[in-house]
Amino acid sequence: MKKILFLAAILAAGIAWAPASDEQVGGPVAVVIKDATILTVSHGNIPKGSILIRDGKIAEVGPSVAVPTGATVIDASGQFVTPGIIDPHSHIAITGGVNEGTLAVTSMTAIEDVLDPTDINIYRELAGGVTTTLTLHGSANPIGGTSATIKLRWGKDAKGLLFQGARPGLKFALGENVKRGGTTGRYPASRMGTEDVIRTAFLEARDYMSRWETYRKRAAAGDRTAIPPEKNLTLEPLAEVLRGERLAYVHGYRADEMMMMLRLADEFGFKVNSFEHALEGYKIAKEMAAHGAVGSTFADSWAYKAEAWDAIPYNAAVMTRKGVLAALNSDSAERARRLNLEAARAVKYGGLSEQEALALITINPARELKIDGRVGSIDPGKDADLVIWSHHPLSIYTVAQKTLIDGEIYFDIQKDREMRKRMEEERKTLEALDRKSAPPGRSGRGSGRGPAGDRVPQQPR
Amino acid sequence: MAVLCKRILLSFACVALIAAAFLLSAADNRAYVIQNARVYTLSSRGTLDRASVVVVDGKITQVGQTVKAPAGAQIIKAEGLEVYPGMVNAWGNIGLTEIGSVDVMSDTTDLGAFKPQLLAFSALLPSSEHIPVARVNGITSALSAPSGGTIAGQAALIHLDGWTADEMAILKAAGMVMQLPSTGGRGGRGGGAPTPVAQAADAARATQQQLAELAELLEKARHYARAREAAPATERDRQLDALVPVVNGQMTVFLQAQTARDIRSAIDFAKKEKLKFVIQGGREAIRVADLLKKENVPVILDSIVSLPSRQDDPYDARFTLPKELAAAGVRFALTSPSASDVRNLPYEAGFAQAYGLSHEEALKAVTLHPAEILGVADRIGTIEPGKIADLVVTDGDLLEIRTQVKHLMIAGKDVSLETRHTLLYKKYMDRK
Repeated sequence: MKKILFLAAILAAGIAWAPASDEQVGGPVAVVIKDATILTVSHGNIPKGSILIRDGKIAEVGPSVAVPTGATVIDASGQFVTPGIIDPHSHIAITGGVNEGTLAVTSMTAIEDVLDPTDINIYRELAGGVTTTLTLHGSANPIGGTSATIKLRWGKDAKGLLFQGARPGLKFALGENVKRGGTTGRYPASRMGTEDVIRTAFLEARDYMSRWETYRKRAAAGDRTAIPPEKNLTLEPLAEVLRGERLAYVHGYRADEMMMMLRLADEFGFKVNSFEHALEGYKIAKEMAAHGAVGSTFADSWAYKAEAWDAIPYNAAVMTRKGVLAALNSDSAERARRLNLEAARAVKYGGLSEQEALALITINPARELKIDGRVGSIDPGKDADLVIWSHHPLSIYTVAQKTLIDGEIYFDIQKDREMRKRMEEERKTLEALDRKSAPPGRSGRGSGRGPAGDRVPQQPR
Repeated sequence: MAVLCKRILLSFACVALIAAAFLLSAADNRAYVIQNARVYTLSSRGTLDRASVVVVDGKITQVGQTVKAPAGAQIIKAEGLEVYPGMVNAWGNIGLTEIGSVDVMSDTTDLGAFKPQLLAFSALLPSSEHIPVARVNGITSALSAPSGGTIAGQAALIHLDGWTADEMAILKAAGMVMQLPSTGGRGGRGGGAPTPVAQAADAARATQQQLAELAELLEKARHYARAREAAPATERDRQLDALVPVVNGQMTVFLQAQTARDIRSAIDFAKKEKLKFVIQGGREAIRVADLLKKENVPVILDSIVSLPSRQDDPYDARFTLPKELAAAGVRFALTSPSASDVRNLPYEAGFAQAYGLSHEEALKAVTLHPAEILGVADRIGTIEPGKIADLVVTDGDLLEIRTQVKHLMIAGKDVSLETRHTLLYKKYMDRK
């Protein structure tokens, strides 16, 4: 019964947390956020400025903007507005496990197929100002699968989460996590084996591409005996990486393993879009900058495993100073809720400016994900993905007040407070009903309480 | 041969002379004046502007707008800077583990269920790389606790500076770490799987049996204590020896409990056994706040920068816990337990303030309150004459991330701000 009650509460919560439907349909004609300190990230700060949002896009930004009749006006005086935070490495909103680690190469698996729009972490991250995440496979095997770039449109279905038009990606992984496969008898069990697996996969993909190329040429020449090669779902994403159509996101910690991947990529003529975590990126900033690989890292996590022993909190700052595009990622539903404070660490450790620090969680990850034409800064024409903060977003004391995606409010701290009250009342009602329908000691069929359960002493809640 | 001997003797004498001279000069430098700063005493004197702190031989001797500088004291100009008591991390395992995932680098846990004789102090690594990394953010002392089993062993409270564990120890035996067998079931989704009903009866029985075992061990220790008192020749028992101060109510017991149910059971048990105890963990402490207040049981909280434990909890359930406990009159300390995360202790307090705790209470939750709970508030936790000089000088609010620590003093010694991380930073910034 308790379980049922709980499920009911969850269900109720889910309904309660969905934005009101009348707001969803097209949204209001226009929204104006008024009199806030606007941190545009692209062109400095506006001490007392306003933003006009029309049709989900930023229409105007400046000390003052036109206020169309019928526009919803949000008074944000004394508050701060930033672009929505982009978390370029996340595992939220995924049903079941994030790894298909049974094989070394599982590029045929797709996160898009298992998106879970009901994951409560979506809502929790909205409350931390996150609007877009790159949702990836784990790092159990050298080639994990294809990723999904999503917007945290809480209340929408799985398809509604997708960031339409975002470039597809493929997750690779190097180092310790991959090696651990060896303990289950799955190859590889070393960094040598990891290179071998990835190299073999790309050789196969290249061969696969040439078989198709041969076929296409023959078919184009009118050769009616030409037979198309078998479609290979494992090699297709790899072929897309080789053609530059799919972004290679490569989990790597140590400088040596990242160098291995850069050599391999140069040899095969593709680009490592980014190193995920890149804890030793600061050691090879020169090589990463030359290749054009992004360093998507943590702020100050270290020593939790051997390959994180040389991790330093200055990493993002060193990479930035040495010409690497650096971003901060969460890799965790908990950390994602305070990426603004992760960015603050880059001011403390390494002395980045506040704008450079904010860039690590907005425009830089947008550039990494190749969605910087759409999001990542407060500029006219971009999606109205915005966060209104109580204090400067790099202050420990800041609390996100409202989070907007495409001009719609997906998190509002006032509504959250009201919802809590509703839920608390709902819980009381449900509990009262539960006590009425299932008095203690009675074995209710279908309540999930078996005969043995009756002997369990009632525990106070 | 005789000549050689003479030379050796001579050089020995020489070394001794040099050492003596060095010690003397070091002793001369043991006086400091931190001048003209904003001093957060966290004592009844509150916050003092343009004040100075005088340190002599490891202790604070004067605090105030007008102080008398001892002759030869080193002056630390701190105009525009702020001085705080060093922070106290009241839970964790710093010094017992270097790289968490590498077994041989961890000494946090030993075999067996009842290990009261084990001392964290005996396994502390004074050269741990985590120690400098933690202290340069203003954490000057930390508890290092063993884990695992019903009785994990004894925690040590250490200064985050020193050549040996002996030099570092504030309390070699700061308390006994105990975790009662859990009654199972973490109360809902996201908080661990509830025990299946069919197994609940078995689990409850097993729990009762384990509790009985623990009670019996404590009872044995009481008999043992009386026997030893009556007949000092009574054969010694390492395990029971270690439990004597526990059953006598002299040694603090850290009772680890997270859920409301487990906290309640822990309090029941500890009262029955007449233990001197605190609750450690306390994720659901607010659900038993009335009981905690009534029994005056303090709580050493785990990191509050955490996800809610239940899926249907408010998103900020853990962030608001300190504010709610303070409002309910429950005493608590904030901690950042993971060895590599100790440096983030001030941000635990910052988070607590962002979600409703007052600035003063937030500061005290990482200084005075942990010192009180650990029973060392007479020595650390505030800036007052007579206390150990654990001081942090910053260029701004201690709890803000962008703030920089400018000087660090541990037991009256001016400690370097260099760490493994600053060294690697310099090394690779210089790479051409």
